[in-house]
Amino acid sequence: MLGYIGRRFLLAIFTVWAISVLSFAIIQLPPGDYVTSYIAQMAAMGSVVTDEEAANLRIQYGLGQPIYVQYWKWMKLMVRGNFGMSMEWRRPVTEVIGERLWLTVVVSVAALLLTWTLALPIGIYSAVRQYSPGDYIATFIGFIGLAVPNFLLALVLLYLGFTLFNANIGGLFSTEFQDAPWSLAKTWDLAKHLPIPALVLGLAGTAQQIRIMRANLLDELRKPYVVTARSKGLSEARVILKYPVRVALNPFASTIGYTLPYIVSGSIIVSLVLGLPTVGPLLLKSLIAQDMFLAGTIVLMLGVMTVIGTLISDIVLVCIDPRIRLDES
Amino acid sequence: MSTPDIALEPATAPLREGPAEAEAETQRLFVASQWQLMWWRFRKHRVAVVSGLVVIGFYLMALGADFLAYADPDASEAQRSLMPPQPIHWFDGGRFRPHVYAVKGARDPQTFKRVYRADPDDRIPIRFFAQGFPYRFLGVLPSTRHVIGVDRGLDAAKTIFLLGTDVQGRDLWSRLMYGTRISLTIGLIGVTVSLVLGVVLGGLSGFYGGVMDTLIQRVIEILRSIPTIPLWMGLAAALPRDWSILQIYFAITIIISLLGWTELARVVRGRFLSLREEDFVVSARLVGCSEMRTIFVHMVPSFMSHIIAATTLALPAMVISETALSFLGLGLRPPAISWGVLLQHAQNVQTVAISPWLMIPAVPVIVAVMAFNFLGDGLRDAADPYGR
Repeated sequence: MLGYIGRRFLLAIFTVWAISVLSFAIIQLPPGDYVTSYIAQMAAMGSVVTDEEAANLRIQYGLGQPIYVQYWKWMKLMVRGNFGMSMEWRRPVTEVIGERLWLTVVVSVAALLLTWTLALPIGIYSAVRQYSPGDYIATFIGFIGLAVPNFLLALVLLYLGFTLFNANIGGLFSTEFQDAPWSLAKTWDLAKHLPIPALVLGLAGTAQQIRIMRANLLDELRKPYVVTARSKGLSEARVILKYPVRVALNPFASTIGYTLPYIVSGSIIVSLVLGLPTVGPLLLKSLIAQDMFLAGTIVLMLGVMTVIGTLISDIVLVCIDPRIRLDES
Repeated sequence: MSTPDIALEPATAPLREGPAEAEAETQRLFVASQWQLMWWRFRKHRVAVVSGLVVIGFYLMALGADFLAYADPDASEAQRSLMPPQPIHWFDGGRFRPHVYAVKGARDPQTFKRVYRADPDDRIPIRFFAQGFPYRFLGVLPSTRHVIGVDRGLDAAKTIFLLGTDVQGRDLWSRLMYGTRISLTIGLIGVTVSLVLGVVLGGLSGFYGGVMDTLIQRVIEILRSIPTIPLWMGLAAALPRDWSILQIYFAITIIISLLGWTELARVVRGRFLSLREEDFVVSARLVGCSEMRTIFVHMVPSFMSHIIAATTLALPAMVISETALSFLGLGLRPPAISWGVLLQHAQNVQTVAISPWLMIPAVPVIVAVMAFNFLGDGLRDAADPYGR
C-alpha cells in the first residue's frame, strides 16, 4: 500500500514538473513579450516608451535571456515559494492571486458538494424506480445538463434573474461587502451568493454522476445476492443501501480526480460571465497582457490541483474497494 | 467474420406468427453482414435516429448557408440597429400569402434609444426563391437565388429580419447560417485531426506495447491532467493578432484537436490490446501477413464502428470548445462568423435584457450538442452488434 502511494506520488511530482515546463512554454509562445504589449498599451493611452526604457524593463524582468535560463530562474524562485512579480500589477504574484485562489476553491468545493448531494439520491431513486416518471424527469434533466455549455447556462440564469426578479444574480458578494474585511456578515453574504455559481458549475457533473450511479446500481440490483437479501426479509431500504449502493459508489471515488479540475477549469469561463472574483478572469487578462509569471503561476496551480485530485481519487479507490489489488509489480 | 451466435432482434421483426416465419427471421440474421446488424440495432434507438437526422440537417444547413441566408451577413446598417425579430404572418385575409409587417424605427427623444414599431397596414410580402445578393452555391455555381426574400421594387427600405438584427444592424438569421458553417466544420476538421493522431498513436501504443506504449501512455496521462481550458486559452492567446481569418481558423482547429486525440487514442489502444491475441489476428500473422496488412485488413475493420462512435462523441466537445473560446474573444474574431462570435454580443446582461434575441445563437449550440451526444450514444450501442 505504502509503496503504491509512494509510486503514485513520484509520478505526480513528475507530472507537475511536465506541467510547469509546458505552461512556461505556452506562455512564451506569443510573439513579443510583456514589454511589447506594455509599449502597445502605453501607445494606446497616448504616451511613448523610449527604446532605452524598454531595454531597461527587459533587463529588470530578465526577458532578454534565453528561455531555458528564464525557466531555470523561475523554477528556483518557485521552489523557494516565491512566485515572482506580476508585471502588470507590479505586485508579488501571491498577493495578486491570494484571495481569488481561495474563492476559486470555495466555489469549486461548493459545486462538488452540490453535485454529490443531488446526484447520489437522484441516481439511487432513478435506478430503484426505473422507468417511473421521476426517472424520466431525472434522465431528461441529466441530458440537458450535459448538453448545455455551462457559460450559456450562466447567461440564461443571469437573464432570467434580471428580467424576472430585476436583480443581478452574478458575483459572489453584495456591493457593500465587496471590499469589506472578512466578517461573519461577509461570510453569510458569500454563502447566500454561492448557490447560483455552484449550480451552474455543478450541473454537468451532476448529470453525469446521475447516469453513472443509475447504471451501476441497476447492474448491482440484478445480482443474486440482492434477491437473497430480500428473501431473507430485510427491509427494502436496507437491501438497497447496505450493499448495492456501496458497490455502486466506487466510480464516484474514481471521479473525484476528474471532477475537481473539471470544475476549477470550467469555472474560468463561468466566472467571466457571472463576474465571480476567482482566478479565471485574472488568467484571461494575464494571458492577453503576457504577464508571464502571473499566468504561469495560475496555470501551474490549476495543474497541481488536478494532479492532487487524481492522486486523492486513486488512494481513496484503493482504500474503499478491496478488490483493487496493487498488482502493478 | 463469424456468424452471430446471439439471436438479435432487428427492429423490423414481424410478430412471430408461425415457426416458418421465425425460421426465415433467424436465417436473415445469420446471413446479415456486420454493418447490416449494426444498422438494425441502431434503428431501434429512436432518439438516436432522430438525432442523426438533426445532425444531417445541420450539415445541410452549413452547406447551403448562402442559399438559406437572405441578407449579406456583413451588410451593416446603423438605422436598423438592434431590431427585434419580425414574426411571419402566413395568411392574409384567409389566403396563403406570407408577409411581415413593415417596421418603422425612430429615436426615443427621452432615452435616445432606437425604438421600432410594426405597421400592420404596411405589409411586406415574402417571396420564395427570391433574388438577393450574389454568391457561389457550394463555392462553384454562381447564383443570386435565396430561399426567401422580399420584392424590393422601388422601396429599398423594405427588408425582413426573421431573428432581428445585432448592434450593427446585421441580419441575425443570415449570420446564424454562416456561423453554422464555420462552427460545424471546425468540429469536423478538428475531429479528423484528432482521429489521425489518436489512431496512429493509440495503434502504435496498443500494437507494439513495451517502451512505446509506456511513453505514449505517460504523454496522454500528462495531457489529461492539465486543465484543458487554461491550456486552450494559453495557446489561443498566443495566436498573432494580425493573422487572417483562415489562419486563425486552422490554428484554432489544431489547438482544439491537440487535446482531443487522447480519448480516441485510449479507445484505439484498448481495441488493439483486446484484438492482438484473437485467433484471427494470430492466424493472419502466422500465414505471413505483413504488419501493415494485419493491422489495416484484419484488425481495423473489426473496430471501425467503435472508432466512428467515439468520433461522434468527440464532436460536441469540439463545438463547445470553439464556442467557448470565441465567446472569450480568444478564438475566432470578427469579421469571421461563428456561433461563439455571435454569442459575444450576448455577454452583457443589460444588452441581453433589452434585446433577448441576441441569445438565439445559443439554441443551435445546444441542439447540435445534444443531437451529437444522442447520435454517438446510439452508434456506440450499435457498434457491437454481437454483444448484448
